[in-house]
Parts: sequence; C-alpha cells; structure tokens
Amino acid sequence: MPYPEELKKLIKVVESTRAERVERKKRNEEVPFLSLDERNEMLQYHPDVKEEGRRELQVGPSKGYKIAHEMADLIEAKCRVEPDKINLDKIDYETDVLVIGGGGAGTAAALLAQQQGAKVMVATKLRHGDANTMMAEGGIQAASKGHKDSPYFHYLDVMGGGHFKNIPELVETLVTKAPEAIRWLESLGCNFSKAPDGTLKTIHGGGTSRKRMHYAADITGAEIMRTIRDEARNCPGEIVVLEFSPAVELILNEHGHCGGAVLYNLETEEYLVVKAKSVVMATGGSGRLHIQGFMTTNHYGATADGIIMGYRAGVPISFLHTVQYHPTGVVFPEQAEGILITEKFRGSGANLVNIDGQQFVNEREPRDVEAASIIKECVVKGKGVPTPTGKLGVWLDSPMIDTLSGEGTVQREFPGKHILYKRFGIDISKEPMLIYPTLHYQNGGLDFKNDGTTCVPGLFVAGEVGGGIHGENRLMGNSLLDIMVFGKIAGESAGKYAKDSFKDGKLSLEHASKYNKEVDEAGVDNGRVAPMILPDYTDPRVREKQLTAHYVGTLR
Amino acid sequence: MKTEEVTAEVAAKLIPIYIMGKKYDVPESLTIMKAMEYAGYKYIRGCGCRGGVCGACATVYRKPGDYKIYTGLACQTVVEPEMYLTQLPFYPANRAVYDFAELEGKPEDVFELYPELFRCVACNACTKVCPMDVEVLDYISALKRGDIKAAAEISFDCIQCGLCASRCFAEMPQYHIGQLARRLNGAYLTPRAEHLKTMVANIEAERFKEGLDSLKAMDTDTLKETYQDREMEPATAGEDWAPKDNTYL
Repeated sequence: MPYPEELKKLIKVVESTRAERVERKKRNEEVPFLSLDERNEMLQYHPDVKEEGRRELQVGPSKGYKIAHEMADLIEAKCRVEPDKINLDKIDYETDVLVIGGGGAGTAAALLAQQQGAKVMVATKLRHGDANTMMAEGGIQAASKGHKDSPYFHYLDVMGGGHFKNIPELVETLVTKAPEAIRWLESLGCNFSKAPDGTLKTIHGGGTSRKRMHYAADITGAEIMRTIRDEARNCPGEIVVLEFSPAVELILNEHGHCGGAVLYNLETEEYLVVKAKSVVMATGGSGRLHIQGFMTTNHYGATADGIIMGYRAGVPISFLHTVQYHPTGVVFPEQAEGILITEKFRGSGANLVNIDGQQFVNEREPRDVEAASIIKECVVKGKGVPTPTGKLGVWLDSPMIDTLSGEGTVQREFPGKHILYKRFGIDISKEPMLIYPTLHYQNGGLDFKNDGTTCVPGLFVAGEVGGGIHGENRLMGNSLLDIMVFGKIAGESAGKYAKDSFKDGKLSLEHASKYNKEVDEAGVDNGRVAPMILPDYTDPRVREKQLTAHYVGTLR
Repeated sequence: MKTEEVTAEVAAKLIPIYIMGKKYDVPESLTIMKAMEYAGYKYIRGCGCRGGVCGACATVYRKPGDYKIYTGLACQTVVEPEMYLTQLPFYPANRAVYDFAELEGKPEDVFELYPELFRCVACNACTKVCPMDVEVLDYISALKRGDIKAAAEISFDCIQCGLCASRCFAEMPQYHIGQLARRLNGAYLTPRAEHLKTMVANIEAERFKEGLDSLKAMDTDTLKETYQDREMEPATAGEDWAPKDNTYL
C-alpha cells in the first residue's frame, strides 16, 4: 500500500533537508565515523548485549557457552526421530560426497568435489538454490584493484568489523582467495556490473577502507546462485540433487568418522539413509528462529539445522553469541516487512534520517554499529518515525541517489527494489524508504579450519553454518565471498578425503542416542525436537482446532 | 511473538478469497502467502525466500467478471476480495545439458541447444504472464536474431519461476534459454577484468604474504591502531584514486 497521508507529511520534512544534505555529500562532508571507543558505547544499544536474551548451554561440546534462548532451545532438544528406529543396514543412497544444503556454499562445494572425481549428492530442504544466497543483494568483496587495494587492507577491514576477534587464519584465507573466487564466477558467466573495458565496478560497503564491493545490479546473490546452479545442472549423474529432503541427523561410523546422514523426505515423510565417504555441511543460517522477536530478511528454510546436527556429532560452536541485525530492513509497508534493503543504497549516497529529517549516523559504519544507532535513535532518543502498524523506523533517503548521480539511477541500479515498491504504489526514486534493523546473519557457528575440516574426520563445513571468519560481526559483501571461497575449499577437501583418506566402517547413530541421554540428564528436555526444518506460521487459532493432528516440533 | 503472527493480529478487516476454489476469510492487508498461512496452510512447496527473488511461489489468479489471467508472486502480492488463485510451484521444462567451456558465445550455441526457439509465434503470452515484468518475448526475439547480449540484459530480472514456460504456445523453456544467454554474455561477450587477472597472479606469487603475516602476528592493540590509521578511499573518489601510502599494495 502507498504511504498514508500522515507519512506523506513526514516525507515533506525529509524533502526539506534534502538539498542541503546533497550539497554536503558533494563536498565530501560526512558525519564523522565513530572512534573504536564510541563504537563500543553505541553497541550498548545492540540486541546482543541484552543479558535476558541468552542463557548458558547445558549440554554438548560447548556446554556453558551463553547464546540466544531461541538457539539454545534447539540445541537442548532431542532428535526428531529415535536413533534406534533408523535401520542403518538398509542404505537408500550411496555416494562419495554428500553435501547438505543446496545454497551457494553447497553448490560451490558440489562443483569442486565433482572436479576431484567424486560422485556427489546434494540434499536440500527446499529447491536447489532456495537459500539466503539467492537473496543477497549488495555485493561480494575482493581486493581486485591492485593500484589501491590488496588483501592486506581487506584483512584489516574484516578484523575491524569483527571486533578483532576473528580467527586470523580463516580471515587470511578469505581475503587471499577472494579475487580467485570472483574470477571463477566470471569464467562461469556470472554477469558482474562492469565498465565497457571489462573493469569491474566496485563501491564501498560499511566498514570498507577501499571500494571493493563487486556487484551484479542489486541481485548479486541471485546472479551468482543461478549461475553456479546452472553449472551444477550440467553434471547430471555426477551431481545428484535431492530436493525437499533435508538432513536431520549425521551418521558416524565405528571409527568416529562422518559416514553419511539421515534425510527426511518432506513430501512422503520417509526417513532415508545416505552413506557417504565424506560430508559437507552447508545448511546456512538461522534467521527464521526470530531471535528476540525480530523480523528477518532470511529464507524460509533458515532454521539452524546444520548447527544442531554438527553439534550433536561433537563439533563445538563459537561466535554464536552475536547475531547480525541488518540495519535496513523494510518496516513499512507491512507486506514487505523484514525484507532487506541493500547497503548499496547507502554506499551510493542515500542518507539515514530521523523524523526531523536530520542525519544521525554515518551511513558506512559496520552493521552492528549502524543497527545500534538506529535502535537508539528510535527507542532511546524518540526520533523514530511511527508506522501505521505501530512500529518505529527511520528514513533511508533513496531519492538523494538520483539527485547525486542523475535521474534514473535508482531504477537502473536497484531494479529489484524499485519494482518491489512500485507494486505497493511507492516510487523509491521519489519517496524515501522506511526501515528498521532486521535479523540477518548468524555470525558464528560450527568450529572449522581454513581447509574446511572439523574435529570430526570426514565432516567439512562451509558458509554461514561455520563460525570464526567474521568474528563478532560480518561486513557487507563478505558472506557471498565466504560461501564461494569456503564452499570451494570444503568441496575440494571433501572430494580429496573421499579419494585418499576415507576409512570404511560400520555406520552408527550412537552419538545421537548419547546426546538424547545427555539432554535427559541435564533436565532440560521440554519435549522439544530439532532440527526445526521449517518455521511455524500457522495461525494458532487454526492449530487449536487441528484436533487429530500430530506435531513433531513445528511439522505436522 | 513472531512477526508473521503480529501481522495477522494487526490486520482488522477480513475479505473472502478462494484458494484452489475453496473460500477462506483472510485479513485484507496480507500477501497471498501470509493469507494462506493465516488460513491454515503449512508450506512445503510454493514458498522460498519470502522476499520476491527466488521464484518458488508463482501464483495464478482470476477475479470474478474479468476474463484476464493474473499472476504474481505469493510473497509479494496483496490479496484482493473474491480473487481465486492457485500456486504453480513447479512446471516441467527441459533444460539442455552442455559443456560450458566448449561454447563460444555464438548465436549457434543457443540455436543448437534450444532449436525450439524457432517455434515461437510471438504470441506474447510469456511476457503477459511474467510476474517480474520481464519482456520475455523481447529476449526470445533477440535470441532469434542472434543478439545474446540484448537477451541477457532483458532477461536479467528473471527469477526462473517457470510461468512463461507454462503458457508458451511453442512449448519452450524460456527461462532456461535466458539463463544460457546470460552465461554466454558474462563469459564470452563481455571483456574479462584485466585487473582481476593481475591480482590473482600477484597473490599466487605471494606478493602480500609478508604484510599479512605481520598482521596475523600483531597483538590486538597494535592491530587496532593499524586499523584506525588505515587510509580511507573517499566516497566520491573516482576509479583512478590511489592511496598516499602504497607499502602494502
């Protein structure tokens, strides 16, 4: 729906200050960046610091670690299916490499494992490519321009964004493999935005010291995803994709090595056994847990399944105490609530302004600082814009971009968002957008090394399900990069492992039975099961009347 | 409480819609997707990113007293009174298999892999049905002329929901053909980035190893200082901007 009268009046206020703000932008007069101390002060308004939002884990390899209740609820839950009920002697599928997850990391892993000569199976919850990768808009970082940038500066930026807590070896791998990842995508036919001579267009993102954000209009993730998915489809028989078949449990073998997984066919409701020589966990993130009740930018299937499975198999977790809230999610119109508005709008010059039409933060602070500033402006300083649905937001002044770079720029550079808003009767090249922070990214995850390995032999990790690369806060453009770099690495490592290091042995779910017992003994069993697989948005009034329905977790 | 539930609470007025012919009363401000969940449906198929980019939730609907076929993405389209709808989460379409490295970006690449291209009678049903307002017929016509670049550009917003293929008189899989065109354009018809090639070679030659090793070995305080002192490229700097200090380039 278009903006109602009361908001149109407030938009006039934004318009009244626009000319002056544009002039300042042209003169390079920015709101000063916060110092590291000032950043820390601002972060007191970030949802991560709320003590009441988290608790210590009572079970598993990272027992005692404090994380969000919503995540802890799943970790302290029992298996979806009694491990004893699964007949491991009856193997439904056998493959060299099993990739769990069909997003960007999983697909890159599948392609690289196949290059190692491995037979690959990809098990994915929804369709191949249904993943947060598809939704990533803004871009992918890489120091590709040697006259002004190098992995050295990329490294510094990543560390600064992550509060200097990141695992150095993972960051080093990320930044040194970045240009090669872009080149790989380029060779597969990915349409990055380029100058006529082939020079890649690059812009700034929050926390970058050099313009190194490469992009494909405003659908960078979709362009990457559909390109590599298309390539995977050129390998029929070599890469087999099982859709609507999420994994629910890892299978180990008698040596304690990973030996496959139990899948659940969502349509026929069968549990199926896959035996594999190595497994790549690439299940992505967890926005659909709606931590602290926040809206999310994430895909329908982002429910932390891989964390649960890996953790039960013995892999510790780290950096999960921080969650990334994207500073700019749509807060009105409500049909688009939670949807991400790419940082590229700010990179292209759009200001964030409050109800008085005033700037209150530099647009290119790291995401956690930016989000905290918006929350503070709305909740503490009372300068938020009230929405017709009873929420608060601030303006992202997109029309500025046309004023700065010429009429038509918004429509050309942001075709996806332009058409989205057009459907609601809003022209974002003329009217600003109303935004608020939205749950966006799982900074932490399963512990892994820069060759994709975990403490469980035969189990590899890639993408958002892993923790450590981004420390306590990821910068824009480093997640598409992460899934490409580490997806490729995990695939290659898993392919080699299947060839050279795999040791056959009797399959077992003993670890899952033990975990169930641990949950019992800790006294935290509330009848919960995990992984969640899909969130539950059924109207509670409907659910009350489903008198003969049997729910296991969120699934009927 | 979850966002989606809040949404249902906020909306006041209920309107009737017909999901696959069956009537449900749903809040008037919801999208088709949230309305179906409100009605009690639990999605397995027909729901993906919930943000209008994945193509999982293509929906076809009609309105009473109106001959037209309407389409939209369930996650993006607001319900209307009396609309009757069905989702089309999957539609069979053949995709050609090819060795991408063997292709050259010539029109014949497309003609040989998708000869059905020439069955097109330019009826425009594909364009009319596209929920993303992609000019599908225009890119198909461009390909028939051998203009892969134009086809890549016109088809860029395609989310591969498959509705075009469902309506095609010539029975062709437009969205797979568009995908091929975009890849050919990206790899063969657009100059490769020379600066990227140079950077990859420099990294392979370990040009930045020393600098990175020093960063990795730094204590946190020194690292913080180095971070604070790093030179920032101004927002409005042009392509040829270069930093004053080029020690670590």
